[in-house]
Amino acid sequence: MKWLIWLVATTAAVAGCATPRTLYTWGNYEELIYASYVTPDKLPPESQVEILEKDYQQSRATNKRMPPGWHAHLGYLYYQLGKPDEARRELSTEKAEFPESAVFMDRLLANVHKP
Amino acid sequence: MNARTPVPVALCVAALSALGGCQTTKPYDYTNFRAHPPRSILILPPLNESTALEGTYGYLSTVTLPVAEHGYYVFPVEVVDRFLKENGMPTAGEMHQVPLNRVAEITGADAVLFVTLEQYGSKYRVLNSTAIVKVRVKLVDTRTQTLLWEGRSEAEQSSSGSGNLLADLIAAAIVQAVNSKTDPAHKVSRLANAKLFAAGNAGLPYGPYSPQYNKEP
Repeated sequence: MKWLIWLVATTAAVAGCATPRTLYTWGNYEELIYASYVTPDKLPPESQVEILEKDYQQSRATNKRMPPGWHAHLGYLYYQLGKPDEARRELSTEKAEFPESAVFMDRLLANVHKP
Repeated sequence: MNARTPVPVALCVAALSALGGCQTTKPYDYTNFRAHPPRSILILPPLNESTALEGTYGYLSTVTLPVAEHGYYVFPVEVVDRFLKENGMPTAGEMHQVPLNRVAEITGADAVLFVTLEQYGSKYRVLNSTAIVKVRVKLVDTRTQTLLWEGRSEAEQSSSGSGNLLADLIAAAIVQAVNSKTDPAHKVSRLANAKLFAAGNAGLPYGPYSPQYNKEP
């Protein structure tokens, strides 16, 4: 009978996989990283920001926060686009959401403050 | 456990790989890990030993999700990469040489994940092709330079579709709005990572943001 219990348990586990539960809303974050390296010409920072901001709206709808690094990544894009206010906002959000990032975020924020 | 119980992706993968092979792995010795349990992990671009140049970022863009979903703070991989490049480290090789106490000072990271990409790409056969990814990783404490955990993993997927179930389950967590059609090994990296971090008694223990934190891996 032992094998039967095992079979039932594993089947249940596999069935549960149909709706994977994650801690975070991932959206396009990692695929954007991929694309920004592989096809940078096709995806300027402006478009990346647009896609990420859409993902953010979706995360608010599902009430699941953005993953570690996400706000910092968006802040960095805003910085590249010459939008220091938005950059500061996102870097500060990263720091507030994940205190582990404080040292690095302070370093990046110091760069943003430079003219 | 019933079918409606939310099951983390990692657990599913573990269950599936158990189904697939009944492989016996030697339990990992977590003594060092328990002595310096990290909260935050900085992942550097992989050292690429494969012949595929695109492997560096094809892989790097798949490793945040499994480590973060395991419960760790993961530094933004692209920001870290570009920051280091702007600060005189143009290649992964140079980044891997940075003294760890310097990494801690600059970023505050508790640990660094060093990835070596042993193989990345496709093998072409007469009727189909197989994408294959092989990696080995070391997680090192930035303050004491202690090796906390290490692992190896490989995954492959043939274009004719074997192993699709596993890949689809992982892909279900991610939106595929930006397509990566020309690089099947990019997808296979996710498969290799899922097996790597959730490797039962040899995987990465759960971190502080995981509901399974402080339970056995």
